[in-house]
Amino acid sequence: MLAPITLTVNGTPRAVLVEPRALLVHVLRDQLGLTGTHIGCDTSQCGACTVLVDGRAVKSCAMLAVQANGCAVTTIEQLGANGLHPLQKAFKEKHGLQCGFCTPGMILTALDLLGQKPDPTEEEIRHGLQGNLCRCTGYQNIVDAVCVAAIEMRAPASGAAT
Amino acid sequence: MATQIGKSQKRREDARLITGSATYTDDIQLTGMLYAMVLRSPWAHARVLSVDTARARTSPGVVAVYTGSDVAAQVNPVPCAWMVPNCDLKVPAHPPLAVDTVRYLGDGVALVVADSRQAARDALDLIDVEYDPLDAVVEPELATRAGAPQLHADVDSNVAFTWTVAGGDADAAFAAAPHAVNLRIVHQRLLPSSIEARAAVATFNAGSGQLTLWVTSQNPHICRFLCSLMLKLPEHHIRVVAPEIGGAFGSKIATYADEALVCFAAMQLRRPVKWTEDRSENYKITTHGRDHVQYVEMCGNADGTITGLRARVFAGLGAYASTAAPGIPTILHGLMYSGPYMIPNIKGVIKGVYTTTTPVDAYRGAGRPEATFMLERLVNTFAQKIGMDPVEVRRKNLIPADRFPYTVATGLTYDSGNYAGALDKAMSMFDYPAFRAEQAAALREKRYIGVGVTTYNEICGLGPSAVAGAVGFGGGLYESAVVRVFPTGMVRVYIGAKPHGQGEETTFSQLVAEEFGIPFENVEIVHGDTETTPQGWGTYGSRTTAVSGSAVKVAATRVMAKAKKIAAHLLGAGESDVEWRDAKFVVRGSPEKAMGFAEVALMANVAWNMPAGVEPGLEATAFFDPPNFVYPFGTHVCTVEVDVETGVVKILRYIAVDDCGPQINPMIVEGQIHGGVAQGIGEALQEMAVYDDDGQLLTGTMMDYAVPRAAQLPRIETAHTVTPTDVNPLGVKGIGEAGTIAAVPSVVSAVLDALAPLGVTHIDKPLTPSRVWTAIRAAQGGAA
Repeated sequence: MLAPITLTVNGTPRAVLVEPRALLVHVLRDQLGLTGTHIGCDTSQCGACTVLVDGRAVKSCAMLAVQANGCAVTTIEQLGANGLHPLQKAFKEKHGLQCGFCTPGMILTALDLLGQKPDPTEEEIRHGLQGNLCRCTGYQNIVDAVCVAAIEMRAPASGAAT
Repeated sequence: MATQIGKSQKRREDARLITGSATYTDDIQLTGMLYAMVLRSPWAHARVLSVDTARARTSPGVVAVYTGSDVAAQVNPVPCAWMVPNCDLKVPAHPPLAVDTVRYLGDGVALVVADSRQAARDALDLIDVEYDPLDAVVEPELATRAGAPQLHADVDSNVAFTWTVAGGDADAAFAAAPHAVNLRIVHQRLLPSSIEARAAVATFNAGSGQLTLWVTSQNPHICRFLCSLMLKLPEHHIRVVAPEIGGAFGSKIATYADEALVCFAAMQLRRPVKWTEDRSENYKITTHGRDHVQYVEMCGNADGTITGLRARVFAGLGAYASTAAPGIPTILHGLMYSGPYMIPNIKGVIKGVYTTTTPVDAYRGAGRPEATFMLERLVNTFAQKIGMDPVEVRRKNLIPADRFPYTVATGLTYDSGNYAGALDKAMSMFDYPAFRAEQAAALREKRYIGVGVTTYNEICGLGPSAVAGAVGFGGGLYESAVVRVFPTGMVRVYIGAKPHGQGEETTFSQLVAEEFGIPFENVEIVHGDTETTPQGWGTYGSRTTAVSGSAVKVAATRVMAKAKKIAAHLLGAGESDVEWRDAKFVVRGSPEKAMGFAEVALMANVAWNMPAGVEPGLEATAFFDPPNFVYPFGTHVCTVEVDVETGVVKILRYIAVDDCGPQINPMIVEGQIHGGVAQGIGEALQEMAVYDDDGQLLTGTMMDYAVPRAAQLPRIETAHTVTPTDVNPLGVKGIGEAGTIAAVPSVVSAVLDALAPLGVTHIDKPLTPSRVWTAIRAAQGGAA
């Protein structure tokens, strides 16, 4: 028994038939081909699967696809679609990634965090990223990247999307 | 052109990783692809009485179900590839799926292949297995005792091997020494926890007999070799591709049963098959790390001179000997018992032990953290015993810079070092006397702060192939590179190593751009595909830059030698009259007669006007086999404050001074140290894989296994000294594992230093709040 749902994915309306038990992350990856969203733990601990649902960071392995019916979903693929987002640039500039597997989720979590707190302290960034695991970097350069991106995103000249 | 070497060039890899356009193994979708899942034993140890797959076979979407005996008829056992010699190593056959006995939680029992993940998952529940549970044993020392459950019929007392290392006369040294100390150290089992679990996709063309396997591997050429043994397929009919890898830390070195099963299913069904671990499966079946119980002793004189070291070690191997497992507690561990110190008399007896647990193999550091931690704890305990400052004891025993190359009692010859130089640098960043004064003042306010200083070295850059052969490693340890220059002067470099986060696409591009005087952007590094890359042995053991980078350097040098010949011919000059200056071949004395690299590349590739006897094209292959290992070193300093009411440890400062020789890309080196230290802090303070007595893994998810999070880690201050090695043309050592090796003792020593006034002398790691709190209470004489 498949359930019809509609999602606006990265700005494009999509109608999909999903298993009621299907997780949002599986629909994004397997049915919509958006493999930039990764699966790391299955228990909503690592945050590799983080996407934005109606603008807020959500662990897409912890949400049924049917729960996202009618929602707008933003994945990492959208963020770089019109030139790199300040967060993407900052992660590269500050060496905030090594294997890159956690990076999409980390960036989308940071985007939500900066939406809530445009000028966070280091401690606020570290706490804001508590739901996202990185095994490569020790987080220091990720924290620095988020600081740098926050500065650029606060600047009036910033044309940053999203 | 500004020099590329030593420049913190931003990474080539990042563009695809930050935009979600990288392709990891599970991202691969093939037409007609099926999904495999493995039914795994819920028991740690049991006889398998029957496996009934009838209901599963008729479940919707199921294409095939295989049992252990179905597979055993077609697929050879999973091999162990490091058969350490000069000991009694016993490696029982490891069937890809259990046939009559399961020996660890997660041991495979049946394989389901279906047209969707969900259908495969549903069918697992429909397989009926009848087990007869047997006793489990999870702790390596207990597994050797009389009456312990036996895993393998032909392995007495579960002892896979007893391996010894000896130099000098340790027993005589202990008999003569005025002071001796001893410790029992437990290196808890760790879960590597790469955020990407393992995955494999296989497709088989029955007409051509060609098998292609995409797999999360640090060493695709080794995987190809071992898959050919397991699958009984000719090696040249197998292509192994390791695509983007989401971290590994040693856990993707082994060639596992799972990839053989996926290939087996693809060959049987003539359709592509994918298998992807979920996290709890990863924690149950992907190799674990450490798991030592050590009884160690150090002796010496009242002036601080260390005269001897003895160790008895029980190293858990898990239920089967994984690919590299026997070499880790022996070659990569026992041979490092001298560390950076002059210890003339050493004896180690190491028993590898089978237990009813997940196989143990390399995890960041792989044997060296277990040696360094033991040494550093012994040095501190010895210092305390003789009433000398632990930093002074280190200074007294560090191998002096003018003694290299230096041969230690275990037989290794260290290449180069300036150990005291790194210690001096760390001490210049950290005001040790001021901290001791601050510590005394804090104590008066009943605040407990402490410092841990670690002077370490390690063995990496594995290694000479002749040594690999002599120590039973089932392969070479050279690396190879093909540098291919296209007509437009663009360059692709094909390497046998397999970077998976370490950034060698960037550092090797820097090397080649420097050599050829061309922009960084004009070079691409290709890796991971056995179809296109030359034979290599993989990325582990902090070897890729030292060994594979050197192969790239040698190949690039050969390209330049040929380019120079061609340029001289085209410029109408003798080769000896041509020099490479400002990124051009220039005729001496005639600066107007010059050619850049791209012009020579074009002429070499079109071959319209070649010098006599010179072949067309501009390409070179090099195999680089280092004459020795490399031995990076450094000093780490950690300070902590312990809340004695709660047992919570807070890291105040972390200073890392490391010497990996010249740095090609300092940004990447620093990143490796950050990540290594983070894993070391995790090991010191919070990470531990826990089995209960029945062999059930209690830390089976990321909710239970404490990978460090952002707010749990400190800022790390890094600095370097630069002592080149002469064993490779780059002068470089390795840096991937140093942070972990040094961090574990630094943190633990700092906590013990903080708690020394309370009488605490030892706490088993990880130093969780409850363990710290309990140790304080016990030392105070109260009940815990």
